[in-house]
Amino acid sequence: MLIQKPRDILPSEITPHGLFERRREFLTRSGAGLIAGTALWHGLPADARAAAKLQTAPSALSTTEPLTDYKAVTTYNNFYEFGTDKSDPARNAGRMEVRPWTLTVEGLVGKPRRFDIDELQKLAPLEERIYRMRCVEGWSMVIPWVGFPLAALLKEVEPLGSAKYVELLTHYDPAIMSRRPVLDWPYGEGLRLDEALHPLTILAVGVYGEVLPNQNGAPVRLVVPWKYGFKSAKSIVTIRLTEEQPATAWNKAAPEEYGFYSNVNPAVSHPRWSQATERRIGELRKRPTLPFNGYADQVASLYQGMDLKKFY
Amino acid sequence: MSLSLRTPSATAIATLKAIVFVLCLLPAVNLALGWQADALGANPIETITRASGEWALRFLLITLAVTPLRRLTGLHWLLRLRRMLGLYAFAYAAAHFAIYLWLDQFFDWGAIARDILERPFITVGFAAFVLLIPLAATSNSFAIRRLGGRKWQSLHRSTYAIAIIAVVHFWWLVKADVLEPAIYALILAALLGVRAWWRELERRRQLSVPPPAKHLQRPVIRIVPRQ
Repeated sequence: MLIQKPRDILPSEITPHGLFERRREFLTRSGAGLIAGTALWHGLPADARAAAKLQTAPSALSTTEPLTDYKAVTTYNNFYEFGTDKSDPARNAGRMEVRPWTLTVEGLVGKPRRFDIDELQKLAPLEERIYRMRCVEGWSMVIPWVGFPLAALLKEVEPLGSAKYVELLTHYDPAIMSRRPVLDWPYGEGLRLDEALHPLTILAVGVYGEVLPNQNGAPVRLVVPWKYGFKSAKSIVTIRLTEEQPATAWNKAAPEEYGFYSNVNPAVSHPRWSQATERRIGELRKRPTLPFNGYADQVASLYQGMDLKKFY
Repeated sequence: MSLSLRTPSATAIATLKAIVFVLCLLPAVNLALGWQADALGANPIETITRASGEWALRFLLITLAVTPLRRLTGLHWLLRLRRMLGLYAFAYAAAHFAIYLWLDQFFDWGAIARDILERPFITVGFAAFVLLIPLAATSNSFAIRRLGGRKWQSLHRSTYAIAIIAVVHFWWLVKADVLEPAIYALILAALLGVRAWWRELERRRQLSVPPPAKHLQRPVIRIVPRQ
């Protein structure tokens, strides 16, 4: 829609352009992958609500590609509970209370547990993971997440031998979120247990060295970089280990368009558009999309012998 | 300059046309300025693609609203704005198509051909644009004279079909939330529905009127099929 909606972002919340430029320069010189979060926040905006910076360690799993601007990462979001326009979540997600927050881990586990968000953040050392993010809509970003492997959490609860899948349910509060049944709320996602235990799979609690803004899925979200973005569920409240493959929100909405696996795959088109190329946000021309979003070396073995056209 | 709303003077009509011309240009100017100022969000190409397409659809519906509005209000001069509104619909559609070819696909003809052949929402969008071309080409007095009024009118009735195809194009594009295309569909249904209703009224009227005496009979354009 072209009709302009009122902007409720305070000028003080917007990064002065000069600072922003310096951040980029700083990053390029130091090598993005090597910078710890402590240094990262220097030229970054102090978000009025959640400026808490996080102590992080760099990770060998990070990409060294140039980062997508902080502003784009935090204002161009799909978080349908807060509206279906990309700019809606940044406007509306501030209503969500993210502290206190409890994450319940249940199902086929030896030690079901409830984690407070602060407790969760101390479960494992926080790492900065700079990942490519490829949206099923054909755009992509490079985002410096802060988080820890989902495997660290699962180890705490001791999955039973019968557990085959991990279901993730996200926060839904009709009082502050959309009541139109665009998707079957609460938003549910799922992974196979081996996918969930893969070292690339993380629970993120921050981005750009700071606590996650609400529109990016505060206080805790999943990040699975080799799958389309919608698999990376935001604002998670329940993680449930199951024997059966869990139902997932987009798969329920359009099963022929969004499969359970949803691995980034340029060879399998979405029924309505090609997935062969993508537009990296901030760039003009499209670039080719890579199998498994460029993480094939790490994850292709998980799908050996599977027909990825069938299990899309 | 006459201030009469019913029968405005030629100067008033000309002024009005100039005002409408500028107003119709504003969305394009707004987008161009936004592009210059980098104020179209994180994905400006997506923004202008969407906006140009939506404006094409809006102008199609505005054009289709002229006849019902004219009939409801009795302001017959509204008809004099219709050609410009229709041509704006075409201009925004052409911009939409050009943005797709250039900024979205960068003239990757292979990908464009696959899109048009394999992706139904692009197939129908492309069809709507192609069907608009003859209408734009015949939107001048010379073409009306050459084709003759009746032929020209039946050609331009394809606008109804084009508007339906354009709404389908939008509907098939959205991922899950069909609210916006549904609103356009409702407006279009009202605009076409009122025409169908008036036509039905006219059919009944013609059926109920006894044929005039032989010496008074003149050729009439009948819309009731001959028995």
